[in-house]
Amino acid sequence: MKALYALYSDPDAAQRAVNALKLSGGSLGIGERQIVVVTAEPFDGYDFSDEHSQTRIFLLASLGGVVGALFGLWFTRFTQLAYPLPTGGMPVVTSWTNGIIIYELTMLGAIATTLITLLITAGLPHFGEQLSDPEIWHGKILVGVTNPPDRARLELESQLRQAGAAEVKTA
Amino acid sequence: MAKTAEQIRADLLRPVFRSGPAYWLAVGVSGSMVLAGVFAFSYQVYHGLGVWGLNWPVFWAFDITNFVFWIGISHAGTLISAILRLANAGWRRPVTRCAEAITVFALSIGAIIPICHLGRPWLFFWLVPYPSERHIWPNFRSPLLWDFFAILTYLTGSTIFLFLPIIPDAAAARDLAHGWRKKLYALLSLGWQGNPKQWHRLESAMHIMAIAIIPVAVSVHTIVSWDFAMTPVPMWHSTIFGPYFVCGAIFSGVAALILAMALLRKFLHLEEYLEPIHFDHLGKLLLTMSLLWFYFTFAERLTTWYGNDVAEMSVFWSSIRQNFAPLFWTMITCNLIIPFPLLAIKRFRTITGTAIASTTIVVGMWIERFLIIVPTLEHKFLPYSWGTYRPTWVEITLMVAGFGMMALLYLLFSKLVPMISMWELEAGVRKAPIYRHQAVAFEPSGARARAGVREAEPLATDLSR
Repeated sequence: MKALYALYSDPDAAQRAVNALKLSGGSLGIGERQIVVVTAEPFDGYDFSDEHSQTRIFLLASLGGVVGALFGLWFTRFTQLAYPLPTGGMPVVTSWTNGIIIYELTMLGAIATTLITLLITAGLPHFGEQLSDPEIWHGKILVGVTNPPDRARLELESQLRQAGAAEVKTA
Repeated sequence: MAKTAEQIRADLLRPVFRSGPAYWLAVGVSGSMVLAGVFAFSYQVYHGLGVWGLNWPVFWAFDITNFVFWIGISHAGTLISAILRLANAGWRRPVTRCAEAITVFALSIGAIIPICHLGRPWLFFWLVPYPSERHIWPNFRSPLLWDFFAILTYLTGSTIFLFLPIIPDAAAARDLAHGWRKKLYALLSLGWQGNPKQWHRLESAMHIMAIAIIPVAVSVHTIVSWDFAMTPVPMWHSTIFGPYFVCGAIFSGVAALILAMALLRKFLHLEEYLEPIHFDHLGKLLLTMSLLWFYFTFAERLTTWYGNDVAEMSVFWSSIRQNFAPLFWTMITCNLIIPFPLLAIKRFRTITGTAIASTTIVVGMWIERFLIIVPTLEHKFLPYSWGTYRPTWVEITLMVAGFGMMALLYLLFSKLVPMISMWELEAGVRKAPIYRHQAVAFEPSGARARAGVREAEPLATDLSR
């Protein structure tokens, strides 16, 4: 992977860089997916961050909960009917006590789905090459372009500098 | 003094990368306690459960006390962290990871104890609901099986809740570490990059986990209480047991959290992060829980006394006036009389004051669990079946080993990841001066205004919001 990037101390400058790259992207032959922002913390309230805020993770977690509940319902009924053992004067299928198991499996379904959805939508785990710089852990924001066309390099460098970058790096 | 992101990372990663002799001494002491427990357990496996002090009619005692105690300790961590996250309390940031780690470790220790109690612990997998060769499924009507599902769900949820915010910190450590640590953190970070999409997904997942974990936490200790309350035994068969146990669990858990924070602050030199304001806030919560616990204790005892049932009164008097009276009044002293002034009077609600109160509460709550279990079993309905219980060295050693294991796991964890979430702390103080000096060259944009970014504030003020 080749990349051209700059580091910014200020999120406003990073936002300006992203805006400039997006504006000129079409003419320079750069797709939006090639523009990369990397930070050491979430930057809610900035467009470069908020444009990714739409997610179905809540809906999927709820569906996971429903699946867990249905599994719990089937699991408890099936096992009790498979070996109908009367206990303590209770019916074979005991809704009150099964409710506890169903509840726990509902929550387990929601929790497991949340984790799975997070991993899939966040692209984790990912052990391949990706754009980063140790400077981000010192408070810098990385804005860059992956695999930029050679003809656009000078123009991209200029835009990254105009947004406030002291240095433009390559990877 | 305000800190930069770089300083925050350096301060919080220092205890991970470097250890002093005090750390290794603590590992040695706690490790010795665990080894003593391994020896006691091996002795028990070789000789059988007869080496415990259990005898008719008391078949649950120290071990179940420890089980309930550790499940209770596990309560505060994830529950408190989830509530504070949902409430968006700024002061939570240095506290949450310490708390969440307590949950995972205490719950793991709690889950081991019933396995020790099995008599044939190598057949522990019989607890798992699966059809055996006789095609008999475990009994879903038994509260002990409810425990299995509740602990499974809570342990899974708490572990994920602890692990998720570690991912970005592991990525930071990956990029700053060398050698085997770099490989370890590369694995732990799952290849985290830190792009905005990942941040949003992580925050959304954390939000859902916080919502889901609260009812699960409440259900776990309620179900533990039902192990007792479902049994028609004097002073167990009570509708108050669910909330009483939950209250007691949060009470002991908050105390354990304060104690752990005080020790971490001292030994990992986190004085600038775990500030007096955090102990003050948690101290107020502890005071509330102390009063609530006393309210439940009083309500439970009053109802029993007023009902004047012969069997219940025999348990009642044994704990208040007879052979368990010293333990009962020690419990009241530890859980109310000592903590109340320390936590209610602002001048005493210091780090030392809250740590002393927490220590007595941890002791008092262990005694409370013991007093719920043993006096009742010693005084069931028929006087001819009454008996006494005395713990043996094996049970006492296993109890001590539980505390040793908690300390050891906590110490090893503090060597693996920063005990304070670095990225959450930085996100919390971003609006404070730490970034201001780096940002003055650029004019503020609408985005900054939309984000509600505030001007310079001291670090402590921002964290305590």
